[in-house]
Amino acid sequence: MSSSKEPPRGDGLSVSRRGFLTSMGLGAVGVALPEITPATGPEIVPAGDVTRIALRINGRTHPALVEPRWSLLHVLRAEVGLTAAKEGCGRGECGACTVLVDDQPRYACLTLAVEAEGAEITTAEGLMEGEELGPTQQAFAETDAFQCGYCTPGQVMATEALLRANPHPSPEDIRGGVSGNLCRCGAYENIFRAVERAAELRSGGAS
Amino acid sequence: MIKSFAYVRPTSVDDALEMLGADGARVHAGGTDLMGCLRDGVFEAERVVSLRDVPGMRGVRASTQGVTIGALTPLAEIARHSVIGEQYTALARAASVVGTPQLRSQGTLGGNICQRPRCPYFRAGFDCRRKGGRICYAVGGDNHGHAIFGGVRCHMVHPSDTAAALTALDATVVAVGRAGERRIPIGDFFVAPSVDPTRETVLEHGEMVKEIVLPPAADDQRSSYHKEGHRRTWDFALAGAATALRMTGGNVAEARVVFSGVAPVPWRSMAAEEALQGNTLTPEVIGRACDAAVEGAAPMRHNAYKVGLLKGVLEKEMLRYV
Repeated sequence: MSSSKEPPRGDGLSVSRRGFLTSMGLGAVGVALPEITPATGPEIVPAGDVTRIALRINGRTHPALVEPRWSLLHVLRAEVGLTAAKEGCGRGECGACTVLVDDQPRYACLTLAVEAEGAEITTAEGLMEGEELGPTQQAFAETDAFQCGYCTPGQVMATEALLRANPHPSPEDIRGGVSGNLCRCGAYENIFRAVERAAELRSGGAS
Repeated sequence: MIKSFAYVRPTSVDDALEMLGADGARVHAGGTDLMGCLRDGVFEAERVVSLRDVPGMRGVRASTQGVTIGALTPLAEIARHSVIGEQYTALARAASVVGTPQLRSQGTLGGNICQRPRCPYFRAGFDCRRKGGRICYAVGGDNHGHAIFGGVRCHMVHPSDTAAALTALDATVVAVGRAGERRIPIGDFFVAPSVDPTRETVLEHGEMVKEIVLPPAADDQRSSYHKEGHRRTWDFALAGAATALRMTGGNVAEARVVFSGVAPVPWRSMAAEEALQGNTLTPEVIGRACDAAVEGAAPMRHNAYKVGLLKGVLEKEMLRYV
């Protein structure tokens, strides 16, 4: 699928395996491919086929061939190679896969990759400032806001979403902001402290 | 992984309806419930029709005729919308307690009122009444989350918080299909299992919700929504109440009381409304309304706690108006 916003993207046609083979075969015997696409109506990606999309992730454009059924989480981890977002439950019930889609927190496991085309996607990798941790990540390290760390990238992204919308959250706002992220180690008290610390660091507080 | 499906992203309502008309076509609004259902095999999709690029289906428009909310408007946007917060507080509050921040930024109002039941038997693949079978497994099984009202053939509870709020606020659902547009009063939108246990709404295959219209709010109208669940986040209501009251000089001129989490459809309690109307909100009047609200409740083996819980929720909500 192609849509309007991104310059470096496909030609707007889905790449179907079947279609690809067909045109190769026809090309080999030199027969011109007749125009069989209906003149009107939206383009349908057939079941089981891949389609070419371009995802805008952490400020860079990543072309990818994806099946429509693939989640954004799967594409981030397996196709693009960004593994900060974690699969916990795979069904929107834990928060380990939280990423930002146009600054809004989303479960990447419940988001189809094709639906994220054209949006600005941010993962924990995108919060790095060069080789240094960004302020939200730094706050989690400083406040020891984890034990095993598996939920941490999701907690960090939920915090990032909260602070982008609300730079000075109340304790109640903080609890609400990370209420979509489970921590099986039960590090919640320090996670709340991490969000407070992140708010300080982001507003130029002492580090 | 989810079973393969064809995917299409139409760019007009007409194209979307054309695409939705096919057998096995399923609509993708926010996708939170769709993804869960496809993953759990609640139903299959041969074709997923994404509404993402259909123009005009997102956003809140306020006018003297009331407020029109596009079906694709994310719940988070509704929760923080100033006009909705001030004039239709019940809806803003309901939208603000759906799921989690992540689910509210993805989930839409249209999707929220059309989501499939959360009954664990329905979700887990039991051939239950809602799937066309002959048994409601909740009756002899674990029914702690199930209905105390309106349980006829199927005992599921309606999962939507916003549906209760929209019912209290007298909303109209605007549906579109290839036959055209129809305006459905919210009270006629949800289908009780006594009528047909296999469907939750009157939408026909190929039809979709285009927008939801709220009538102009009277100056003296106030409204609220509150739910109790196992946790304060993520969970669906075990019992919830959407209320809308018009108060004149300390008296309740008009009341709407609609419950979530206790019946297969948003459950309007005319008995509670009658107990409130024309009266001052004294502790006695509130007590009578709470008693009236649970009259006729038919709890099952594990959910009798909902009777007391619901009374408590309504009492607490009524005290907001005092």
